[in-house]
Amino acid sequence: MSNAILETVSLDAFYGDFQALFDVSLSVAEGETLAIVGANGAGKSTLLRSIAGLIKNDKSSVRFAGREIGDLRADSIAKRGLALIPEGRQLFPSLSVEENLKLGGTVGRSGYWRLGTVYKLFPILGERRDQPSTSLSGGQQQMVAIGRALMSNPEVLMFDEISLGLAPVIINSIYEQLPKIVAQGATAIIIEQDIGRALSAASRVYCLQEGRVKLEGKTDELSRDQITEAYFGVAA
Amino acid sequence: MDWLNAIVQGVLLGGLYALFAAGLSLIFGVMRLVNIAHGDLIVLAAYLALSTTILLGVHPLLAMLIVIPLMALIGYMLQRCVLNHTLGGDILPPLLVTFGLSVIIQNALLEGYSADPQKLNVGDLETASVAVGGLSVGVLPLATFIVAIVVIVLLQWVFYHTAIGRQFRAVSDNADIAQLMGLNKGHIFGLALALSLAVCGIAGVLLGARTSFDPAIGSGRLIFAFEAVIIGGLGNLWGTLAGGVVLGVAQTLGGKINPGWQVLAGHVVFLLVLAIRPRGFFPRVEH
Repeated sequence: MSNAILETVSLDAFYGDFQALFDVSLSVAEGETLAIVGANGAGKSTLLRSIAGLIKNDKSSVRFAGREIGDLRADSIAKRGLALIPEGRQLFPSLSVEENLKLGGTVGRSGYWRLGTVYKLFPILGERRDQPSTSLSGGQQQMVAIGRALMSNPEVLMFDEISLGLAPVIINSIYEQLPKIVAQGATAIIIEQDIGRALSAASRVYCLQEGRVKLEGKTDELSRDQITEAYFGVAA
Repeated sequence: MDWLNAIVQGVLLGGLYALFAAGLSLIFGVMRLVNIAHGDLIVLAAYLALSTTILLGVHPLLAMLIVIPLMALIGYMLQRCVLNHTLGGDILPPLLVTFGLSVIIQNALLEGYSADPQKLNVGDLETASVAVGGLSVGVLPLATFIVAIVVIVLLQWVFYHTAIGRQFRAVSDNADIAQLMGLNKGHIFGLALALSLAVCGIAGVLLGARTSFDPAIGSGRLIFAFEAVIIGGLGNLWGTLAGGVVLGVAQTLGGKINPGWQVLAGHVVFLLVLAIRPRGFFPRVEH
């Protein structure tokens, strides 16, 4: 794809000796919302960690904004405008809500997102700004994690299992904010185990199975059965 | 009155021990690094001050203006060029490397300055004292104690009210995730050791102004620093000051009973605290 802002090229990724991804090639166009679905252990998180630089790869296996970034450290990738909201939120327990958000702004990329606009998106965080981040509910912590990533004004925002362990009503309210986030010019990659949720939020989807891309297409052109088969490896 | 005097001297001595310990505590907090060379780096700072006073003919306290930034620079380079490569899942490599560093520093100092005891000549300040109640309190020990408090206030402020302090705490919480936020942990760790060695610079000059020193005394200072940190409770700088005071008072009281018991009394009190309160008096509250 010529207008891809981010792509992986035959990416193989390893956890120690264990190969978690095999020849994964995918691309995201600027402004697009992409979903990646797959069962537990399919390699979804490994894929995002590889792109974000927490797992080192060959230089040419990840391209971002026309540059090869596969072998860069996570901090220099973050400075280029790629943000990952990690699975399980991973807030800094020693830092207050506001300090967590400010830390997200450390990369020094200016843009729409700053403390004020994040508090406008999630007003509850403004009320709790001085509390320890771990004293918040799971949903509020997820808002901090999203806000922290937004503070870097990323060009591509990667969400790793944002609904994990949260009540459906909370998940709904977080997903309702997604269009506002994307509207600020961010490209989004969403990882979800909940296929329905992923398909309704994204315009295109990749299915991973055992570390390989099984299926790729526009969400409105794929049938539910096709996706289920790619997800579980058996026809439903 | 003699006993009261011993206690006051012990409290003031505790200030010096808190300065020894603050830097040790700081880097353990940020990167879980136990720096075995910490005591030798304090002694190195004393020798750097000695050379500065000789070369430039300045007062040792003025020499701090050179020693502190120099030690900070040494700290940053040491962390980035050597110690960062030892950090990882295993705690053994940094221990071994800093142990080796300790040996190297001692021998380099021995080679450069010989084994003769040295002293920083602070002139009249050495014997100056003020009368408080019926006691005569040395100006230098009093100043050392005040410096210790100022250093701890400053470190607390840096840790809890500045951007770099936020970064220290974030990297300490989770270095991988901090890296995702654009923090280069190698650089942050370098700044942490720079800060730690800057405090060593202050401690080294005050040590050299107070007593004579030679290349071999580093490991003894390291033990005092360890004991102050453990008595006070890991991860709490005010606790570290309290730990230093407990250690200092134990030593001066022990020395009062029998001059040979001074250092031993400190160790015994440390062991007692370890037996009764293994996490120290003021351990950091875990969230």
